Amino acid sequence: MSTPVQEPERAVASVRPSALEALIRAREISLVILIVLLVAGTTSRHHDFLLSSDGWRELLRQPTILILIAVGEAMVIVTRNVDLSVGSVMGLSTYFAGWLFHHVDGIPIIVVVLATIVVGVLLGLVNGVLVAFLDVPALVITLGTLYAYRGIAVLWIGGDFIRPAWLPDAFRTLGVQGVLGVPVLLIVVLLVVALVGWFMTSRRQGRELYAMGSNPDAAVLYGLRTRRLTVLAFASSGGLAALAGIAYLAIYATGDSKVGSGFELQAVAAAVVGGVAIVGGSGTIWGVALGAFFLATISSALPVLGIPSLWQQAVVGALIVIAITLDRVLFLSRARAALAQRSHA
Amino acid sequence: MTTTHPAARSYLRHDRSLWRRALLRTDTALGLALVAVVVWATVAVPYFAQPYTYSTLLLNSAPLLLMVLPVTLIIVTGEIDLSVGSVLGVSSALLGLLFSHGMPLVGAAAVSVLAGVLIGAFNGFMVAVVGLPSLAVTIGTLALFRGVAVGMLGTTAVTGFPGEAALWLRATVGGTPVPRVLVGIAVLAVLFGVLLHATTFGRGVFAIGLSSETALFSGIAVNRTKMLLFIASGTVAALTGVLYTLIYSNAIGSNGIGLELQVVTAIVLGGVSIWGGRGTLAGAIIGALLIGTLSKALQLLNVGSDVISVITGGALILSVVVASAGGLVSRRRRSTPTAPKNGG
Repeated sequence: MSTPVQEPERAVASVRPSALEALIRAREISLVILIVLLVAGTTSRHHDFLLSSDGWRELLRQPTILILIAVGEAMVIVTRNVDLSVGSVMGLSTYFAGWLFHHVDGIPIIVVVLATIVVGVLLGLVNGVLVAFLDVPALVITLGTLYAYRGIAVLWIGGDFIRPAWLPDAFRTLGVQGVLGVPVLLIVVLLVVALVGWFMTSRRQGRELYAMGSNPDAAVLYGLRTRRLTVLAFASSGGLAALAGIAYLAIYATGDSKVGSGFELQAVAAAVVGGVAIVGGSGTIWGVALGAFFLATISSALPVLGIPSLWQQAVVGALIVIAITLDRVLFLSRARAALAQRSHA
Repeated sequence: MTTTHPAARSYLRHDRSLWRRALLRTDTALGLALVAVVVWATVAVPYFAQPYTYSTLLLNSAPLLLMVLPVTLIIVTGEIDLSVGSVLGVSSALLGLLFSHGMPLVGAAAVSVLAGVLIGAFNGFMVAVVGLPSLAVTIGTLALFRGVAVGMLGTTAVTGFPGEAALWLRATVGGTPVPRVLVGIAVLAVLFGVLLHATTFGRGVFAIGLSSETALFSGIAVNRTKMLLFIASGTVAALTGVLYTLIYSNAIGSNGIGLELQVVTAIVLGGVSIWGGRGTLAGAIIGALLIGTLSKALQLLNVGSDVISVITGGALILSVVVASAGGLVSRRRRSTPTAPKNGG
């Protein structure tokens, strides 16, 4: 249809990037450098940010929520969709978990975790089925469920909130415990990230999610069951958002009907900052986890640096805009280089 | 003997049932739905059928009605602008900030609207020049400018705007329950309607939505059109912010939060295809009035804003479900071959 536009895209792969470009492209490395700079800079202003047991623990456990939610969001964005309902799913899940602890005496923690994940998966399934079978953009469906799920949460919870006393001691210590100074929560979340990362890089269905996102029409022609894959991506996103709700409950031991509101924007930001192309088809799960860690660290560093936390959302937005612009500019410059190389050949 | 081309004949055959097609049109169906809701509210909702209710209903719907105008055109091109609620917030916060620092109201309002022009130009630049998907850009600017609005004013609210402005805007026209500000919106609606449905520019907007490439090869300035539409959207959103602030005499950073949902809902409900290329401005406006009326009726029934947000979200999903099902039916109908019975 538009061969002149697609030609450079094909040739891009054959162009060797410059050293600086390679660094920016290896998103994981540049994010690690950014995180180190940010933590070092903030700590030099305020030593407790890193060099106290509380600061260290907060730094490592507080990003776990966003990491979980962003990894799920990335699975959806990779398929060229978007899930704006993750914050609302997280909110419902948090209260559901607290409610279970409160109403079922002596319920094992693992049962609560599994039941909450089931709730998240079901909410994700609703999104996935609507998107897959109605041929409607995910944006519209999940914008609708963003408000619908939040509304259900408010109707159910009202002015109530989770009291720390509802939660068993074992669950509350889960949020504070550490192994060799590393919070248990972070270890669990890293295992989840490793699992999802392995699924996305090494499992057939994971690769199919990427294939679907890079060219949905070709994926259908190739015989991929794109509807089933769409449902899979949304259900995973819902399940991971529910797990983020559990992490929230473990850290803060409380929660009202507003938990997770606005997280959808942070999740999208973490994914694109972590190197997931908003048009689908590329990006790594570890990159997203680092993007989420970076974003969460910025949020906790802002007040320390004397910037009111009210500006946090502006930073999130600016990072989204910068990340997608950077991706686009890099792509265009490589496309130009590829064209130049062709005409010289 | 005159021979009629099969295509022309099928068109003529369609023409015979013009009234039936008119009845099946989304605009008509929506108009009837609006009438039905008004009738239901008049009968079932206490205090609904009163001039005061009508005028507050229209006043409350004013921001939605205004924002729907440019965003409909953007959606018809196949793009989207999710940042409108945040632009309203920035313009409102800026107006409050400047006014509280002693700037004359007119000057502060002008600066606020100018900020909207610039934000719109920024969105347009990222979409039309840099070539990024509008969804990604405006999700980014949605967060960015909400953050700026909230950051600018902090937790304070600026009140104390001159009461005359609010009174002037709220005052009803003649003996009708229509607030004065609605007259301005009506004029703007007619302008946007003519622009979309009766000018070359408008034909271009539809052409871009149907196929951006075909439009480009037909000589339509695709990028310039998108740029202009995003500027229009930013401008109108900022203007809405100024009006909103004056009408309610309150500037806070969270003004207009979540309004993008209502705007998109009204437009999709109004039969405008989210894929672009199809829809009418009248449909979108009826969609906005439907949401406004329903919210007001529910509010009078003491239904909380949470339920209203569930209903808005549900209405959005339902409207795309219906549109999608309708699309499937008509696609199937179109694909059934019409056997030519022409002897000539």
